[in-house]
Parts: sequence; C-alpha cells; structure tokens
Amino acid sequence: MRIAVCIKQVPDTTEVAIDEEKGILKREGVDSRMNPYDLYGLETALRLKEKFGGEVIVISMGPPQAAAVIKEAYAMGADTGFLLSDRKFAGADTLATAYTLAKGIKKLGTLDLIITGMQTTDGDTAQVGPGIAEYLGWPHISYVTKIVDSSDSSLTVTTDMLDTIETQKIELPALITVAKDINRPRLLSYKLKCATQNKEVKILNYKDLAGEEEVFFGLDGSPTQVERIFPPQRNCQQELWQGEPQELANRLVAKLKELRFI
Amino acid sequence: MSRLTIDKGLCILCGKCVEACPFDALELKDQVVVNENCRLCGICVKVCPVSALVIERGLSKTVDFDSYKDILVFAEQRGGRLSSVVLELIGKGRELADKLHQKLAVVIPGTNTESLVEKIKQYPVDTIYVYDHPELAYYRAETYTAVLEDLVKEVKPGILLVGATQVGRSLAPRLATRLKTGLTADCTILDVKPNGDLIQTRPAFGGNVMAQIITPKHRPQMATVRPKVMAPSALNTTYPTTVVLQEVKPTMLSSGISFLSIEPKPQETAITEAEVIIAVGRGLKKADDLILIESLAKELGGMVAVTRPLVEAGWCSYTKQIGLSGRTVRPKLIIACGISGAIQFVAGMSSSDVIFAINKDPDAPIFGVAHYGLIGDFYEILPALVNELKSSANL
Ligand SMILES: Cc1cc2nc3c(=O)[nH]c(=O)nc-3n(C[C@H](O)[C@H](O)[C@H](O)COP(=O)(O)OP(=O)(O)OC[C@H]3O[C@@H](n4cnc5c(N)ncnc54)[C@H](O)[C@@H]3O)c2cc1C
Ligand SMILES: Nc1ncnc2c1ncn2[C@@H]1O[C@H](COP(=O)(O)O)[C@@H](O)[C@H]1O
Repeated sequence: MRIAVCIKQVPDTTEVAIDEEKGILKREGVDSRMNPYDLYGLETALRLKEKFGGEVIVISMGPPQAAAVIKEAYAMGADTGFLLSDRKFAGADTLATAYTLAKGIKKLGTLDLIITGMQTTDGDTAQVGPGIAEYLGWPHISYVTKIVDSSDSSLTVTTDMLDTIETQKIELPALITVAKDINRPRLLSYKLKCATQNKEVKILNYKDLAGEEEVFFGLDGSPTQVERIFPPQRNCQQELWQGEPQELANRLVAKLKELRFI
Repeated sequence: MSRLTIDKGLCILCGKCVEACPFDALELKDQVVVNENCRLCGICVKVCPVSALVIERGLSKTVDFDSYKDILVFAEQRGGRLSSVVLELIGKGRELADKLHQKLAVVIPGTNTESLVEKIKQYPVDTIYVYDHPELAYYRAETYTAVLEDLVKEVKPGILLVGATQVGRSLAPRLATRLKTGLTADCTILDVKPNGDLIQTRPAFGGNVMAQIITPKHRPQMATVRPKVMAPSALNTTYPTTVVLQEVKPTMLSSGISFLSIEPKPQETAITEAEVIIAVGRGLKKADDLILIESLAKELGGMVAVTRPLVEAGWCSYTKQIGLSGRTVRPKLIIACGISGAIQFVAGMSSSDVIFAINKDPDAPIFGVAHYGLIGDFYEILPALVNELKSSANL
C-alpha cells in the first residue's frame, strides 16, 4: 500500500493569546510542533504498511521551518517526505490549502490511501481532508475511529457519530480522516532519529506545482477573508458573593427559587 | 497574485509591523523586508502608523454573483431522526432572512421523509426541498454532496448553513470545494451586513482568539455552526410553507462507500441535553468525592459534567467533558464548582442561561463568566446547600 499522510506544523495553542490593547496575536515564546491529531494519522499509516508493505509518504504545506515536522515523521518511521513551500502559497484558507495539497499529492505517483488528522489545533476546521478528497474525486470518510478490516482494494471502518457507531466500507483509492480513539501513536525512535538526521525533505514550490491552467494558490485562491480578531467576550451583568458557607448556601437557594429552578 | 508591499517612501522604519507580525515574516534591515513566512494575514497593515504597508489582492468573483440570494439550511437526519442543530439553524436563518428581506429554505435528503417534513413545517420556513430515496437514508459524502450541489445550482442561495456535527463537518467542506466557495467552520456568532455579506465569527487557536470572517466575492457563503450555541427556532404552525419534491437522479447516487451497519452506543443521556448541569473541576480532591456533586445534581434534577483534567485523570468519562475538546452545553442552569474558567472550558458553556460559580480564588477567571460568583470552598458550601434543598423540598 502506498499511503500519503498530511501533517501540519502548528503553534502550541496554550501559549497563543491576544494583546487586548493592540488587537493582535501575542507570539512571544510560542513553540511549534506537529499537529497532535496528525500523529494518529501517521500511526494508522505505519500500521497499514506493517500489514501490507509499501510506503508511507508524509506531505506538508508550510514555511521552510515546517520541515521539522517531516523530520519528526521520519523518526517515527515515515519513508519519504515532501514540503510544499512557496511565498505564493501564503495566506491560504482551507480551500486553497486543500487545493495545494491535492496538487502536491498528484506529484506523488499512484497512491492507495490518503490519511489526514481529524482537525488541526490552530485552524480547527476539519475541512482540509474532505477538500483534498473532492479535488482528487475520491470518496472520503471523516472521523474514522477503527479500521475493522482492510484489503488492498478496500477498507471497512467505523465512525463515531456521538450517539451511534456506523460501519462503512470504502473502495480504494480513498481518503480518511482519523479520530483520536483510533490508536496510540508510537513515540519517536531515537535510533531512527539519528539514522534519518540527514535524510532529505523534498521541497516542491510554485513552479513544481503550477501547470498550464489557472491556479488557486494562497490568498488568491482563498474565498474567505479574516476581517478582524479579538479576545473572547465575557458576561457583563455579574454579582460576586462572599460570606460563611451556610450563608452562601442560603443565598443560592433563595436565588434558585427566585429564578424558578426550585 | 496577492502580495504584501511596503512603500519605502512612506516607511519610517519604526519596526511596529515587525513586532506585530505573528509569523516572523518581517525583518528590519536597512528597510523592512518580507520573507517567505508571510501569510498575508494583514495584521502589520493595521499597526503601521503611516500606512506604508498594503496587501494587493487578486481574487475573482463568482460569476453571476448577484443572482444568489435567500438562505438555505441543511436538515441533517439519521435514520429518520432530525438533528437538533437544524432547529437552531432555522432560528438563526429566519432572523438573517428577515434582516435581508429574503426567504428561508430547508433541504432534506433522506428516505421516508414525510414525518420530518411535517416537523419542519411547524417552524417559520418558506420552502422545504425534499430529496427522498432509500439510498439517501444515511449520509455518505459523495451522494449528499451531489444532492446539495444539484439544489445550490438550481436555487442559488446567498447563504448556506450546515450544523458543525460529524456529518456537517464532512459534507460542508466537500461541497464548498465542489462549488469553489468559502466555508467558515464552527461559527458561534452569525450576522449579516445590509449588502448580504455574512459576518461569521468563530473561535480559533484553541479558543484563545475570536476571528471574524467574511466571504465577500463568492457565493453561496457557507458556514458550519456549532450545535447548542444558537437558540432553537420558536414554533410557528401557521407560517405558510411550500414543500418541493426534487428528483433524485441516478448520477447522484454513485459512491465508493457502502453503508454496512449502525449500532446505538450504550445509551446514557448526553450532557448536551441536560437542562441543569453541576460541573466540577480540579478543585475535586479525589474521584470518590464526585458523590458530593452527584447529590447536588440529584436534588436539582441535573447531570454531572467535568473539566478536562478530571477526564485525563480517569475519574470521569470523556462524554461528560465540557469544553472546546469536549461537548458544548447550553443548559438553563449550570453550577461550576472548583473550576478555574480556562478559556477552553468556557468556550463550551458560556452561552448557558444562568451560570453560578463556586471558587476559593476570588481572582479565578470563571468569575468573569458567571452571573453569580460564590467565593468559597465548595466542600463546605455544597453539603449546606444540599441540606437546604432537602428541607425546602419537604416543606
Ligand atoms: C487545545 C486545548 C483544548 C482544551 N479543551 C478543554 C476542554 O474541552 N475542556 C476543559 O475543561 N479543558 C480543556 N482544556 C484544558 C484547559 O486549558 C484547562 O486546563 C482546564 O479547563 C482546567 O480545568 P480546571 O478548571 O478543572 O482546573 P484548574 O485550572 O486547576 O482549576 C481548579 C480551580 O478550582 C479551585 N478550587 C480548588 N479547590 C477548591 C475548593 N475546595 N472549593 C472551591 N474552589 C476550589 C481553584 O481555585 C481553581 O480555580 C484544553 C486545553 C487545550 C490546550
Ligand atoms: N498545511 C497543511 N499541510 C499538511 N496537512 C494539512 C495542512 N493543513 C491541514 N492539513 C491536514 O488536514 C487536517 C485537518 O486540518 P484543518 O482542516 O486545518 O482542521 C490536518 O489534521 C492535516 O492532516
């Protein structure tokens, strides 16, 4: 099986905040790492390769330093890695990102399966995977929680629909996005890390991906525009109560009565 | 081709743009230089005191842009059950349609749809489009995309709303890609400008930031909407609704996916359905103490929910987690005990009707969200509270 896994470098979102005065993102000390949900995708691919043989290719779109996540994937066992990087890819929304990744994926030769994470922690849209599938004209299933059965021509998978579990069969080539429950990603292998230290990350730029036809990269290919960003709002009408526990309990009961909860 | 340009004549080398850039894309040398990190986010443009930075955009409009109007809501059903977010979308859709003096339509792909149509007819909807076929009983990406594509091309809605459920988050991006239009995920606030532009607001970067997004040059404008954030539509049984039965063409049904089976998950009432929730966080000292929370929940006829650390500690099931990576709840009453009020938690409960919070720390951020904040130890307050409730019930 030849499998491509889409991985993205994201900022550590616990650190991101807004400078309320300036209305801009604070970025001091914000580290980057691989989107945690993509680790599950990579693990899924590595396990399928263990079963069927083949190749696991990782692909990412981002600035040059995003090569770091491809190196990380090498240390987990990925065979080949591509980084789609060009100034002209900048400013992409999910439509343009899916377009660029689909263009890149078409350069990889025949594939059986594409796996993406269920969402990213920065964009948090879950849109890129289905978008890629549509560009390629392949079927897709989102939020796969288990691969029940696999052959070289199809996968049988379950998806968690909150109140039900659905089982579906999907013909290959196809795209799946995987949920967190699907497996437990392996740790980086120190041995592999050393062995792949100098392994090449192949870069594809605008010239490599653009053909003759009209292209939809970056901001040009992005129908959505961010108008402004602002910190989340707080409730305005508030009361703060202090006092002995019994006193507070009494006040709470009185309030619940007033609001007709009891 | 879009790009960021800097007018060297205007630039005073103050460095504000370099400082403001979240992506390290600007460098201050003997002039300001843009490097390949630039995402054209425009933040630098706003901070420049002399307007030396400009983003030149090159984006073509949807053809016949002006013929797109009215609002279309996707009615998600599975096995004949309407997803509750549909009524929330109808509520918001009606409001937006009235503002724009436009119509509100609902599309429902499924099978044996009569009862669902009857249900939707009780709400203020102008038109219901029905695609009824056994093959449409359950969602599959390709068939549903084909159905919605068919309708969008026929009726040309200006705005298309989809619930941000598992189904919606799979269908909407596939459809938006086919239609080559913009899609904003997981919106929590929607409004319209008089010109018909949809103002879409959503949390980003793990809830630390709210982003306001528009799709100015493409139609339809597509958004998925977080369940339980918007109020469901009020009933209006006298509202005149037209039902249109659409043809299901064989080409719409071709798919590489076959639906094999559906099983109910072990049923417990979801916290998203609860009207009263007692939530507890890391103030809880040990798993056994949950009994204290449960006893209060019992008195008030509510359910227990928790913050993420308690799930991670294995003290409670993931289905009880409120927040960005858990469930969004919108109960009539929530009492948050020993919860600091981290932004990711608050994102999942801030639209609750009445919020009480009990916390020892007077500076806890949860007090910025709560309508009524009790400064104190919940281990002392709750037993007293349960006693009071018991005795007032016996009166
Ligand atoms: C991407 C991302 C997603 C996340 N998603 C979620 C999510 O979905 N849900 C979620 O909950 N978290 C989520 N988190 C984690 C979140 O940031 C916080 O870590 C978490 O909400 C904190 O939980 P807490 O309030 O229970 O604990 P703490 O922050 O430790 O707060 C405990 C509070 O209890 C008070 N307290 C202690 N003892 C008592 C007592 N006896 N009586 C009264 N008060 C007492 C303390 O003063 C303190 O304020 C997410 C984080 C990230 C980065
Ligand atoms: N720039 C990118 N490069 C590679 N993969 C990406 C990129 N953006 C998104 N993806 C993939 O798409 C999934 C969903 O991302 P999102 O739509 O941003 O929530 C991620 O888990 C990744 O697998």
